[in-house]
Amino acid sequence: MSVVTVQLGQCGNQVGQELFDVMRSDAPDVHRKTYSAVSRERFFRQTTQGALEARAVLIDMEPKVINHSMSEAAKSGRWRYGETSHFSQKQGSGNNWANGYCVHGPRHRDAVEELVRREVEHCDMLAGFIPIMSVAGGTGSGVGTFVTQCLRDVYPSSFVLNHLTWPYGTGEVIVQNYNSVLTLAHLYQLSDAILVHENDIVHKICSQLLKIKQISFSDINRVIAHQLGGVLQPTLTPVSCGAYSRHPIGIDWQVCPPPASAGRSRSLSAGSFNTSLANLLILRGKDVYSADTGGFEDPAIYTSWLPPDEALSLWKSPVPFNKYEKSATLVSNSQALLRPLDDMVRKAWNMFASRAYIHQYVKFGISEEDFLDSFTSLEQVISSYSELQ
Amino acid sequence: MTQSVVVQVGQCGNQVGCRFWDLALREHAHVNKRGLYDEALSSFFRNVDPRKSDGGACCVGGRIQHLKARAVLIDMEEGVVHRILQGPLREVFDSAQLLTDVSGSGNNWAVGNLTYGSAYMDSIVNKLRKAAEHCDCLQCFFLIHSMGGGTGSGLGTRVLSLLEEEFPDVCRIVTAMYPSAEDDVITSPYNSVLAMKELTEHADCVLPVENQSLVDIVNKISLMSHDAKPGCVLKKESTVTSGQGGVSPTERPFDAMNNIVANLLLNITSSSRFDGSLNMDLNEIAMNLVPFPRLHYLVPSLTPLYTLADVNIPTRRLDQMFSDAFSKEHQLIRADPKHSLYLACALMVRGNVQVSDLRRNIERLRPSLPFVSWNQEGWKTGLCSVPPVGHTHSLLALANNTCVKPTFMELRDRFTKLYKKKAHLHHYLHIDGMEQSTFSEALSSLSALIEEYHHLDATKARLIPDAPRLSIAR
Repeated sequence: MSVVTVQLGQCGNQVGQELFDVMRSDAPDVHRKTYSAVSRERFFRQTTQGALEARAVLIDMEPKVINHSMSEAAKSGRWRYGETSHFSQKQGSGNNWANGYCVHGPRHRDAVEELVRREVEHCDMLAGFIPIMSVAGGTGSGVGTFVTQCLRDVYPSSFVLNHLTWPYGTGEVIVQNYNSVLTLAHLYQLSDAILVHENDIVHKICSQLLKIKQISFSDINRVIAHQLGGVLQPTLTPVSCGAYSRHPIGIDWQVCPPPASAGRSRSLSAGSFNTSLANLLILRGKDVYSADTGGFEDPAIYTSWLPPDEALSLWKSPVPFNKYEKSATLVSNSQALLRPLDDMVRKAWNMFASRAYIHQYVKFGISEEDFLDSFTSLEQVISSYSELQ
Repeated sequence: MTQSVVVQVGQCGNQVGCRFWDLALREHAHVNKRGLYDEALSSFFRNVDPRKSDGGACCVGGRIQHLKARAVLIDMEEGVVHRILQGPLREVFDSAQLLTDVSGSGNNWAVGNLTYGSAYMDSIVNKLRKAAEHCDCLQCFFLIHSMGGGTGSGLGTRVLSLLEEEFPDVCRIVTAMYPSAEDDVITSPYNSVLAMKELTEHADCVLPVENQSLVDIVNKISLMSHDAKPGCVLKKESTVTSGQGGVSPTERPFDAMNNIVANLLLNITSSSRFDGSLNMDLNEIAMNLVPFPRLHYLVPSLTPLYTLADVNIPTRRLDQMFSDAFSKEHQLIRADPKHSLYLACALMVRGNVQVSDLRRNIERLRPSLPFVSWNQEGWKTGLCSVPPVGHTHSLLALANNTCVKPTFMELRDRFTKLYKKKAHLHHYLHIDGMEQSTFSEALSSLSALIEEYHHLDATKARLIPDAPRLSIAR
């Protein structure tokens, strides 16, 4: 089954290019034929001349980054983007979510849907879509949200997994919290699953674990691509009967909590344990079958109303990933994102309380009501996650 | 990439504009070694092949034939524009881009705005449309004029409202030269306040520049050149007041001051002209720096003002550059931002500076700068890889800060002094279309603006708690 990636905005196009690079170099043709074949089928297609093209659509409101990503890909010699798989304009979205969502999105809807349709037609069987974007700017966030909505409308039975990059907390764009709140509130209704990377955390990985001295955005993007690749490359799941799972995103993320009882107060105290709703552990490489994963089955990690054997999924692949002899990836639906989300909402709310910058959004078509709806929606998410016990 | 059009109005506007084009050509010549008409050049210049019959417009990528500035030059006297057309910059302007008259506006805002405004409205709109048509993707109009005179102030603001009507989606950034208290034009307070109302209502951003600050900077630089320690030589073409290496051979009296303003424009547009690792589009400036529509007056601060030829420790010089940007001596208006309230701040860095340098300096300076409670991290940053001529790096800081309030209050005081005595009012009131209410409306607009800044200032001393969050019903 195949996946179509939609790269949106500067961040989306840069991360996407690194991701395809990882996946292509992880599965060279010589060894491990089945693994390579499945991986390639999933993310690439072969042209009549034998070249490998990514199943991707590249979208940005200005051309520089797309041009750069396409030439970087071609330089590798191992894969490239389709010649006509991209769409760009001349002028960016000015860091304004409303400009992206209300103006650029609708204006270019037909062109974008056409590009996606063409890519989908190349797929024998479509599993779903992975839109990749940031939440702080204008295009990735605004146009990205609009495109996600279109994907939902046109392909209702396909899976949509959004990959989001959250900005540094200390701010490069003054209105990043507004853009983030608006994006998250909308995506929460549209998306099947949202995978998040925070720039601050990835930065720490680069400085503390990888010991990189002068960290650039390429370093950050490579770490993100590595982690994403670790999730998306082929694995054997308990139900795939010894063959690589055909559906790369098979976990059921929708978990309905029981009706909450009264008297549960919201607490974000540092001492509280990080409760998980569900975890997906992916092991790759040597000794995966003998690995002891008992720790992940401890009921203390999970909510009381979900038994660990339902909450934990374990996928394995004996094939080493991206030159790591052994690697493990954990995808967690838990309270880990609660603090950053709460901080983001708090800062955005303080700004909104003084109505600063609101006129910039209103002039492109969203209202104060829309802001309030988004805030309400996210407060509900924060509340639901806070109450997990 | 996008294009911008410069509209220069009045004597001051055209003189500053002239310096801008001269220095822009110098900057591009420095960088563009192969003589190709690239995207960077196309943001401010057209490439025209006069041999072609269809008007000769050439696309990006070809060789440079004839560069024409994307500009409209307007003056109600012929002197300044005439001199430009006879000077070395004559090739850069097409006669179709010019609009002149003979008699001037007599330092009277009403004559500029109403009399000439109405008479030339169609012609102005046509020229603007022509300039816009030559652009693939027009992003911004830069308007340059003084506030104290008649043409720049009156006709300039009339052009501003025309721009809003005809091109509502295109950003309007105004560089306005404010008169000092000792200005020799008696009616400059009237002209300035009447123009202020227009700027508050129709501009997206205003970069106010005070003559006195420019004088101070020029004096400081000449003091440096004379007092320089032995062995410590000032690199002449690096001073922000120097036009050396540009097209015009000699420097005339106001040139030094005008060069500073021209440098301001060069730096603010650098990200749209050249590549960088963190581009800052012009529309992002307005988006990030203007939290409330009328509070769009941004204090500009330029550094370095000059480069010493001897070698200093590079990193210390870099950090010094950031510190200087927040010192009063580098500001283009006299104000005290550190003791007022920052609403937002943009740092546009040029040259070999990395993100880590930027972050380090922001962290270092942040504790001493008072930011408004709801925008504690209110920084917008941009990195352009091409430094200005004669420097390895430079920094332009644009601050939306309540320190402009005293400047406006002073202006209001000077206005009121004259208005109370009805001095010179009859010159204005006998112009067709001008009424007493125009004056009172302008005054109340200014007062309302001052009040808004005052309101924000008042929050400075108080510790503002977080706004109570929405509570969710279970």
